[in-house]
Amino acid sequence: MSIDVTTATAAALAEALADGTTTSTEVTQSYLDRIAGADDQLNAFLHVDAEGALATARAVDARREAGEQLATLAGVPIAVKDLIVTTGQPTTAGSKMLEGWVPPYDATVVTRLREAGLPILGKTNLDEFAMGSSNEHSAYGSARNPWDTTRIPGGSSGGSAAAVAAYEAPLALGTDTGGSIRQPAAMTGIVGVKPTYGGVSRHGVIAMASSLDQVGPMARTVLDAALVHELVAGHDPLDSTSIERPVPAVVEAARRGDVAGLRIGVVRELGGEGFQPGVRAAFDRSVELLVKAGAEVVEVSCPHFSHGIAAYYLVMPSEVSSNLARFDAMRYGLRVMPHDGASAEQVMAASRDAGFGDEVKRRIVLGTYALSSGYYDAYYGSAQKVRTLIARDFEAAFEQVDVLVSPTAPTTAWKLGAKSDDPLSMYLEDVATIPANLAGVPGLSLPVGLADDSGLPVGVQFLAPAMADDRLYNAAAALERLVDMPRLEEIK
Amino acid sequence: MNERSSTLVPFEDALTRYEPVMGLEVHVELNTATKMFCGCATAFGAEPNTQVCPVCLGLPGALPVVNEKAVESAIRIGLALNCEIAEWCRFARKNYFYPDMPKNFQTSQYDEPIAFDGWTEVEVDGEIFRIEIERAHMEEDTGKSLHVGGSTGRIHGASHSLLDYNRAGIPLIEIVTKPIEVPGDKAPAVARAYVNHLRDLMLALGVSDARMDQGSLRADVNLSLRPSGTTTFGTRSETKNVNSFRSVERAVRFEVSRHAGILDAGGSVVQETRHFHESDGSTSAGREKSDAEDYRYFPEPDLAPVAPSRAWVDELRATLPEPPAERRKRLQSEWGFSDLDMRDTVGAGALDLVAATIEAGASPAAAKKWWLGELARRSNEQGVDIAALPITPQQVAEIQSLIDAGRINDKLARSVFDGVLAGEGSAEEVVAARGLEVVSDDGALSAAVDQAIADNPDVADKIRGGKMQAAGALIGAVMKQMRGQADAARVRELILEKLS
Amino acid sequence: MSSSAISRDDVAHLASLARIDLSDDELDRLGAELPAILEHVKVVQQVAGDDVPPMSHPIPVANVFRADVPRPGLTPDEALAGAPASEEQRFLVPQILGEE
Repeated sequence: MSIDVTTATAAALAEALADGTTTSTEVTQSYLDRIAGADDQLNAFLHVDAEGALATARAVDARREAGEQLATLAGVPIAVKDLIVTTGQPTTAGSKMLEGWVPPYDATVVTRLREAGLPILGKTNLDEFAMGSSNEHSAYGSARNPWDTTRIPGGSSGGSAAAVAAYEAPLALGTDTGGSIRQPAAMTGIVGVKPTYGGVSRHGVIAMASSLDQVGPMARTVLDAALVHELVAGHDPLDSTSIERPVPAVVEAARRGDVAGLRIGVVRELGGEGFQPGVRAAFDRSVELLVKAGAEVVEVSCPHFSHGIAAYYLVMPSEVSSNLARFDAMRYGLRVMPHDGASAEQVMAASRDAGFGDEVKRRIVLGTYALSSGYYDAYYGSAQKVRTLIARDFEAAFEQVDVLVSPTAPTTAWKLGAKSDDPLSMYLEDVATIPANLAGVPGLSLPVGLADDSGLPVGVQFLAPAMADDRLYNAAAALERLVDMPRLEEIK
Repeated sequence: MNERSSTLVPFEDALTRYEPVMGLEVHVELNTATKMFCGCATAFGAEPNTQVCPVCLGLPGALPVVNEKAVESAIRIGLALNCEIAEWCRFARKNYFYPDMPKNFQTSQYDEPIAFDGWTEVEVDGEIFRIEIERAHMEEDTGKSLHVGGSTGRIHGASHSLLDYNRAGIPLIEIVTKPIEVPGDKAPAVARAYVNHLRDLMLALGVSDARMDQGSLRADVNLSLRPSGTTTFGTRSETKNVNSFRSVERAVRFEVSRHAGILDAGGSVVQETRHFHESDGSTSAGREKSDAEDYRYFPEPDLAPVAPSRAWVDELRATLPEPPAERRKRLQSEWGFSDLDMRDTVGAGALDLVAATIEAGASPAAAKKWWLGELARRSNEQGVDIAALPITPQQVAEIQSLIDAGRINDKLARSVFDGVLAGEGSAEEVVAARGLEVVSDDGALSAAVDQAIADNPDVADKIRGGKMQAAGALIGAVMKQMRGQADAARVRELILEKLS
Repeated sequence: MSSSAISRDDVAHLASLARIDLSDDELDRLGAELPAILEHVKVVQQVAGDDVPPMSHPIPVANVFRADVPRPGLTPDEALAGAPASEEQRFLVPQILGEE
């Protein structure tokens, strides 16, 4: 049987590789060709490692030929968000601060990709240090949305989303601190998952907000996402916040996709005012499909979710201000000498001004304020209490239902530049995704069709209790079969 | 520097008007095999940047993981200081920028220390002083800077600095006292005795090398004065990194004198960090850190809380060594020391040295004699702590065994100490190399005795006449001829044989 | 402290705490933006009562320890590879205006 390698799912590729229909070298080369042809329009990649990817592909092909038992995804290429450190190719975090920096170690998730034999195509574009919802804060120019290249692909994992949506990669890793996997997945019509906090190692993932960050898969199908999830998840002794429990059976759940009798809660606070009509209509249709498939859908209230953004924009910048202190021009990264004989202190301050973009500086200064003496209790302390209340809302909701559902984002992809002058309006885009990060629970965004009003992809978000990531995959796989999500035919 | 402008008031004079209140913050570097938050080795003196990894270099993406042994040591230290052990506590980030700190925050503990509310006792001149312990908490050390281009390797005037992060991330326990209010004349000695006591405790626990000369035990001395008879604390100064027991005592004395000078002149003491100078025992103001007051502490999100189970704490309690006071009592009776002997031994910081010397075979009297005599004198002359002298208890015991075997005498032993301290090798090697062995060969001695009798006929006559006590003069003459290397007992026998 | 008044001088102080040498333009801009953001987020002060514990870690785990066993780190060359400057196997940094 023949296969169109660039449009095939990762699961199909894995089968074709296993049965010898194709080789990893052929698949990897096809994707590299696609990147070479399309990325001028998309700017999804900051670095393409053709040589490294092909070397891995050839090695996997040789091992397969030798009859070795290989991992399911062996030979299937993947793209990695440039926030995740990799030996052998640069890691910039989308910042001038780290331009040209080649890490001397691999992130645990990268080690797992390498051990399983996935060729790493390259490093994908992102908002600088993952701070943004549009990709416009990348120091290397915004990635573009393949459905309309005058629009944002979402952020911060916009490069990974654009690459997967535009068939530049079958799979990608992203990171999600306040929605940075799920929102760009929704904007570009792909599947994106933020696993349970602690489900996937953060070792080697450049920290934005340590108590919120999580690595997750981005793919074109629920099953593909599950295959990556299963591969990269699991306990890591190098990450103290990593959970020492078996990985939820996500692949099995993705294959099952049965919502008959499943209790699904529609979150009253996520979907009303401020949500684009086309998004709401697509969401309502999805809920009807779930009901038809046998789910028991009820409305639930999570009253404190409305304070999620406020809490998030205190907790996150506070942690950012501390996490990004290490970028000081002393041991690595950009060093700017403001004048001859400048002191270390002056060089630090000048380098940090030159190396960081506006959004990064804004958050560092905000976080410095929220943590400073006299304000800590009022801001950081109060925000951490709101987290507790949001976690309690989730607990109460999950006593009534198995999963929660909401639109992933209030709008479809907007025009580049449309919100860049107003940071607050950009922050409000994260309203539906933030509660999961604050409480540590998993979330998945599934593309459910194009909005009637904008003609752009809409995502529906599923949320589940901590370490019940499999419920997301089960529910999303069921809905995936029922929705009418058109294929991207060409980059526009 | 304007602090030189106010006069120093002599210490005793200051005490007629003021009472000092002290606070001591001691940093103990643990002797764990690996760092606090990563698996890097901790060997002292390794080549620069050979004991580093992404975590302790603060590379992007690196995450800390707590060393269990360090937590165990922290708990044992807390227990040995009679502290409560927290049922649940967290690490916190202390945020400030400094090139020797790779993350630009120190992972420390803030308002949730692992150990708190303890006490311990120190002895000064036979009197027991109770020191209240505020807290003991876990944190990490910084890297080391080498300042280049300045005159003396100091920071001032340097054109640039070179950083070695081998030390960055080594576990530290910071032990903080509550205000120490003891009679002013005792304050310097109590401060010294306390730091000395902590050193002994750390060694007994086996948790640290506790060497002030290598920086594995570092003391910060906080001091304030208040008018005699009042209760409100004055403004304090914080003298950092005082690097020997003697310096702790000197720093207290100096700060008392300095504060009194300022207060006498109607001035007010500035709350500031000060640096101690070994050369003259003075302190000077550190540079004001503009953001020193605002460390923006918050709970470390990358580390899980520490919640030691009571079972674990009890298990660790059972591993504690004998408390120092009880141990002193036991040793005193085993050694047959008087109260005064014991006080001198402890006061000289030589208790463990004496104990180890006895363990290595020397008699208690001999061990005490060498450490409190010869070696204490040398440590005073050189201004170093006695434990920092380059001689081990085993070497002292070896020298004593040579004396006991009659191969050297006490006088020759002093030369052997010179040699061992100068690094010339073991006692045996020094004796051989310097030709220090006592001559007991009859041939050589006999000739020397004959010569002495010939040179002193009148003395010889007295002995022949039965005045045996006159033999001392002839022995002296023989010793002089033989440059002290004669076996005095054998010389006496030979004289009596020849003249009887 | 419920006021979200924050002046340009405050921003300058915060930037100095955060070691960022902001330009005058940046100070002006942040001086305008931060109050607006703080106005929005200060609602957190009204939400939770004293009985609500703050959450520092989303997943309740404790006592995550590592055995005290050395593991290989980086070679000096690897450690120094990304350094803007180095000398004598050490990181070379501009003069430190610090202690003393």
